[in-house]
Amino acid sequence: MTQPLAAATSAPAESEDESLFARFIDVQKSYDGVELVVKGFNLDIRRGEFVTLLGPSGSGKTTCLMMMAGFETPTHGEILLKDTPINGLPPHKRGIGMVFQNYALFPHMTVAENLAFPLEVRGLSKDEIKQKVKQTLEKVQLGDFGDRRPAQLSGGQQQRVALARALVFEPDLVLMDEPLGALDKNLREEMQYEIKRIHADLGVTMIYVTHDQTEALTMSDRIAVFNDGVVQQLASPETLYEEPDNAFVAYFIGENNRLVGEVTEKQGETCTVRLDSGEKVMAKPVAVDGPGSRTTLSLRPERVSILGEDDAARFDNVFTARVKEVIYLGDHLRTRLAVCGSDEFILKTPNASGHHSLRPGQDIQVGWCSADCRALDA
Amino acid sequence: MSDSPSAPLTTADGVPLKVSLRRASRRLKIKALLLVSPLLAFLIIAFVMPIFDMLWRSVDNPEVSNALPHTVEALENWDGESLPDEPVFAALAQDLKTGQEARNLGLVSSRLNYEKSGMRSAVMGTARRLSRIEPPYKTALIDANDAWGELDTWQLIERESAPYTLSYYLAAVDMQYTPSGEIVEVPDYLQIHLALFWRTFWMSGLITLLTLVLGYPIAFLLANLPARRANLLMILVLLPFWTSLLVRTTTWIAILQSQGVLNDVMVALGVIADEMRWQMIYNKTGTITAMTHILLPFMILPLYSVMKTIPPSYMRAARSLGGKPFLSFRRVYFPLTIPGIAAGGILVFILSIGYYITPALVGGQSGRFITNYIAYHMQTSLNWGLAAAIASILLFVVIVFYMIFNRLIGVDKVKLG
Ligand SMILES: Nc1ncnc2c1ncn2[C@@H]1O[C@H](COP(=O)(O)OP(=O)(O)O)[C@@H](O)[C@H]1O
Ligand SMILES: [Mg+2]
Repeated sequence: MTQPLAAATSAPAESEDESLFARFIDVQKSYDGVELVVKGFNLDIRRGEFVTLLGPSGSGKTTCLMMMAGFETPTHGEILLKDTPINGLPPHKRGIGMVFQNYALFPHMTVAENLAFPLEVRGLSKDEIKQKVKQTLEKVQLGDFGDRRPAQLSGGQQQRVALARALVFEPDLVLMDEPLGALDKNLREEMQYEIKRIHADLGVTMIYVTHDQTEALTMSDRIAVFNDGVVQQLASPETLYEEPDNAFVAYFIGENNRLVGEVTEKQGETCTVRLDSGEKVMAKPVAVDGPGSRTTLSLRPERVSILGEDDAARFDNVFTARVKEVIYLGDHLRTRLAVCGSDEFILKTPNASGHHSLRPGQDIQVGWCSADCRALDA
Repeated sequence: MSDSPSAPLTTADGVPLKVSLRRASRRLKIKALLLVSPLLAFLIIAFVMPIFDMLWRSVDNPEVSNALPHTVEALENWDGESLPDEPVFAALAQDLKTGQEARNLGLVSSRLNYEKSGMRSAVMGTARRLSRIEPPYKTALIDANDAWGELDTWQLIERESAPYTLSYYLAAVDMQYTPSGEIVEVPDYLQIHLALFWRTFWMSGLITLLTLVLGYPIAFLLANLPARRANLLMILVLLPFWTSLLVRTTTWIAILQSQGVLNDVMVALGVIADEMRWQMIYNKTGTITAMTHILLPFMILPLYSVMKTIPPSYMRAARSLGGKPFLSFRRVYFPLTIPGIAAGGILVFILSIGYYITPALVGGQSGRFITNYIAYHMQTSLNWGLAAAIASILLFVVIVFYMIFNRLIGVDKVKLG
């Protein structure tokens, strides 16, 4: 948390930085010799960082984690841990803590025995083991549960034990593969907080895998968005949300209105896009070439405003929209609009006092700033 | 709930909840019972009844009291210390006469002959000469056959006049009654069953161990290979089940006999000389080899079914926690397979101690099992009581093993398939 994160993405010149902890260099992986599951994966992780691999199911996240842990070998490329290549190193010599999706707690051992296992294989004395197990269990608030079997614990408690077991031998690096996937929503949020707290307390480096974007956004220092075996964007949560580099990231992180069209004009910080339905929209060019190139415009629903009589001047994009549907969500309202050739245009408005009461079929004026409307790849 | 002080729960119409639940489930129970009734009837007729018949035969002792009723009655007041008096001999003469006319002295003569050799000819010979025998019967019968002048004969008749006997069980473990009724071991040269029991147990144990050593890695592969290759392997494992037991056994004869495939190959390769061919069949080696092969699937399948339920992440977790491969296997994977080992082991051991055809075909003299003696007593010596006693002892051993297994592992832990 104390790392200078903002500089991280934009300053690749830091290669001599000693705090570079783990690196994937141009890693590729194929299981069948036909298809690449991971294509040219690059990732630099600083000591103490919390990095999340986020992507849809089947995008190769687990594979990357397994390569780091040593259970799969990269077909190409190199993985460095503290500047040492570890491609040939067997898993038990890597000293990496790992939390598995189903926890993989040894069912025939008690909780304390589970935690003692990594210490025993390291040849610690009985007293040391006992003390460390106790300490670690207390750290995850399971001090009294040492004598239980994993089957006698709830899902959340098992999750804590798995975490404790991955931490008890004080690894520098902890890998977690969708560790909260099996928990219900409340417990998941509680555990997210807990993991963050432990991360901050211990200062360990964590690589976390999830397909849940909320989880990624709340927990991570940096997020690598995966798709199709390639990292689409590696950035802090804020940057990912505010400034997605391409259409996939914009679509995958948060909600997003998509308008498709062609660039007609590009002048510095703005460009003009003619939508397929004919409207002209001012946007911020992010990943487009000059005039003539196809583009997808990405616009967050909460950055669209409903205009009164006189505030049209505030926005450089103003259109008339027809209300299709209004969904009441308590703290905010989601309104589906037909505008700019799209029937699925979503508008999010806070449920403030005196909010606009909209009716389906009604025509309204909506507007947004060109700076919030990003012109991305087609 | 039922012993809580509050009133028992009732349904809306006031019937106690338990009663109405029982009513509702009764129809289901009856239906289930009807569905299994053919199998149940079959099991009772073909399995439960024979077992009880066997247990009954192993102690049933009707021959003497049926064939010699008057003798038995006359012996009631006998002191057992010296030869009985004339009335007993007269009663014997009468019983033998009746028996001779009805031609039913065979059973009693064999029964007495099991216990004291020479009794068959004593009974049958005396009966044949009965027409020429005049009172006083005591001297006449002793004249006809010396056995009637021996005290043991009468002690034997008196002892075996009881409706039940332990003597089959004693014979099954190489023991016998002395004439005075004490239990002692039979002389060395007559001892046979104990050695056979022992051989059956240690060879079955060895076969179980061999199937475990051979089957464990196969089961592991079955549980961990990609589905397509695992299916192929499974077919190979099941293939023996689709081949006749006789074919499998005789194939081993073709391979192992002294002019067989294996010896021929070894001679051709120059590993052994032509006149030094190995004797690998009709002895213990033959029995162990063939039975290990035949019983292997019974070890593999329970092991596989247990291993299938062990996710690969356990081993991965152990490795990532710093366990070397073998240590991780020993501390994590192996303990989780123990229910499979126990289930496979108990299955193979129990099948093995009751195996008959294979030891009979490839065991020769030295590789026979106790079962082959059961068959011998059933078919050749016709001593069904002894066969039943040996079989009951085997049944008892099986039950004991099963109970130990259930206590240590728990039968419910074992899932097949
Ligand atoms: N052991 C394996 N053998 C063959 N293919 C695999 C194996 N593990 C994963 N794959 C394939 O690799 C792709 C990526 O899988 P994975 O890394 O598990 O994705 P994720 O964790 O992002 O859901 C998937 O298409 C999956 O089918
Ligand atoms: Mg995965």
